[in-house]
Amino acid sequence: MDLTYTEAEEEFRGRLREWLAAVLRGLPAKPSADDWPARRAYDTTWQRMLYDAGYAGLHWPVDAGGQGATPTQHLIFLEETEKAGAPYVGANFVGLLHAGPTIAAEGTAGQRARWLPPVLRGDEIWCQGFSEPDAGSDLAALRTRAVRDGDDYVVTGQKIWTSHAEVADWCELLVRTDPDAPKHRGISWLAMPMDAPGITVRPLRTLAGSTEFAEVFLDEVRVPASCRVGAENDGWRVTMVTLSFERGTAFVGEVVACRRTLDALADEARRTGRWDDPALRRRLGRLNAEFRALWRLTQANVSESERTGGVPGVGGSVFKLRYSGVRQELYEAAAEVLGADAFDVDREWVLDRLSSLSYTIAAGTSQIQRNIVAERILGLPKGR
Amino acid sequence: MDFQLSDDQRALRSGMRDLLGAVFDRDRLRAAVERDGALDRSLWRELGAAGFFALRLPEEAGGVGLGLPEAVLLFEEAGRALLPGPLVATHLAAGLVEGAAEGEAVVTAVTADLPVAHLAEADAALVGTDALAGEPLAGEALRAFVAGARPVRSMDPLTPLHRAPTPVAAGSRAASQRTPTDAERAPAATERTPAHAGRFRFEAALLTAAEQLGSAARTTEAAVQHAGDREQFGSPIGSFQAVKHLCADMLARTEPARAAVYAAALTGDPVEIAAAKLLADEAAVRNARDCLQIHGGMGFTWEADVHLHLKRAWLRASSWLTGAGAEELLAAGLGAAGRLPRSSAAYGRPVPEAGGGG
Repeated sequence: MDLTYTEAEEEFRGRLREWLAAVLRGLPAKPSADDWPARRAYDTTWQRMLYDAGYAGLHWPVDAGGQGATPTQHLIFLEETEKAGAPYVGANFVGLLHAGPTIAAEGTAGQRARWLPPVLRGDEIWCQGFSEPDAGSDLAALRTRAVRDGDDYVVTGQKIWTSHAEVADWCELLVRTDPDAPKHRGISWLAMPMDAPGITVRPLRTLAGSTEFAEVFLDEVRVPASCRVGAENDGWRVTMVTLSFERGTAFVGEVVACRRTLDALADEARRTGRWDDPALRRRLGRLNAEFRALWRLTQANVSESERTGGVPGVGGSVFKLRYSGVRQELYEAAAEVLGADAFDVDREWVLDRLSSLSYTIAAGTSQIQRNIVAERILGLPKGR
Repeated sequence: MDFQLSDDQRALRSGMRDLLGAVFDRDRLRAAVERDGALDRSLWRELGAAGFFALRLPEEAGGVGLGLPEAVLLFEEAGRALLPGPLVATHLAAGLVEGAAEGEAVVTAVTADLPVAHLAEADAALVGTDALAGEPLAGEALRAFVAGARPVRSMDPLTPLHRAPTPVAAGSRAASQRTPTDAERAPAATERTPAHAGRFRFEAALLTAAEQLGSAARTTEAAVQHAGDREQFGSPIGSFQAVKHLCADMLARTEPARAAVYAAALTGDPVEIAAAKLLADEAAVRNARDCLQIHGGMGFTWEADVHLHLKRAWLRASSWLTGAGAEELLAAGLGAAGRLPRSSAAYGRPVPEAGGGG
């Protein structure tokens, strides 16, 4: 066991820090949360800066146009960009972290050449059309139909929770191509151009008041069959392969951000005098233990990936289960620090508190995570 | 960075597990329970011969010359096996009390307000949380101390307990476990050998946390085993989400605690040790509770081992650094105040980059 970084890793960190210090001053002002075109422009500008500096697709394989960085370098990148206050991956999320890796792993040479470079350069934005109103945790129950008609699929159905749908160029879409097959075996993966006729995007307003995602209605949308990645009816496997790109780094930036928030809460509580309340002080102290441990668990998971070249074993679901709950507790503590100001949405942390309610739901609910931990890690029998 | 066990560390851990399997199997565990936790001196010497107590003494001094990370692995195994005795105090007394390193002497620790473990059997007692700075109790002084102490009927059948006479006689003043000045007690950077205020307590807290970690992992295994075997309503109870989710939560307590304990062993940072103790205490106690619950009525019996884990976990949780003390220390490490040089001080090793915005 060794927590010290190698000389090469420290050199990578040092160069990155220098670059961040130089470029972040030149960033435009952050756009308002409801101005989607401005958000897209801001996020893609940042992606272009990363591209020009050689940091785009850091964790992607070299033959996909990435930098082929080690999991530890990726950890350092995410840690340092968060510490420096650099923009989040934002609208580039699906392209860089899901659709892109899927195409890199399963696409033809032509598909890779068509779709990957624009993602890395920040020229094109992707969104994700996976969940449906009746297919959430049970994603494989999805019903959006794609019927082959000549060189096209004709797609009809409805998707939900699609982030960045208003501004995306492409949608990675899971569709049912064989309604008679067992549910996991009749699904295909399509890249759907978002300007195709028949697509209606209706923004959904979250309980935090902003429109972070949308419903997408598909009415006989024609998608060229050449936009299918992987074989017909093999889409479930194709999309699961992408998860093997996850190398323990999924929440690095978030944990760094949580630790910074916790420090800020302590400073604020000291300023207002609430620090004198031992119950509050101890609550913040406990959260310090939690986030320190989550940071160490991240390092352990990344080290395991580095050794095995694959997905961390105990890592992902255990981490997400613990992290999502603790991050919600962080904002409960924030509300206590804020006191009466906790009801003013213009105060820092108030919107974060509302947003945090999604953490135990999005990307696999805590209940699903517990099933995964119990069945796949602990080996308990599946229920009915 | 490679935050995974090395091959040597894996070998050390499995060697310790094999040793305990051979010299302290379940029959011997239950025999120890039947004699109210009275120590088996020959087992103590076997631990000494295996290097359990001398692990961190330099080789020139007859020790094994390994460090806190390795010690933590051994204590984790001891916790798994419910190995009885004042393991932490005797380990820390190696090189300080004659015979401790070899397992010839049994050394206990006397700290304020807490019952003293295995006092009647002890050859020496370290006194106070700064015990390495003072003289241990031994000989006539120890006999006088024992005569003034009151034996209690111990809740933990593996740990005979005495209440110490107050005020604590020797060396250092009784230390409160909870005051905010805990933060000021954090030790300054130094090599391992020189004694100084605080080091003893933080190392003791860390090794105790390692025992808690081993216990938490063991009760998780026991719960999973039972949930897979026990059938009700025609199915293993582990197929029911109400039960399997308890098991998942047990693992979700154990693994962050493991990361915290191993990291604290590497950095020696007091705040990181506080995090390790807090999370390991919670994992050990709550996992034992859930394990008991999953065992149903059998879990409530004397015959099941789970109560031994729970009682020991409760006792360890109140030792060296309590939840309240750890939380205060962790709070003091937050914000601008926490970034003062003092809080990043470590001892024994250079501090690797704290990471995560800390």
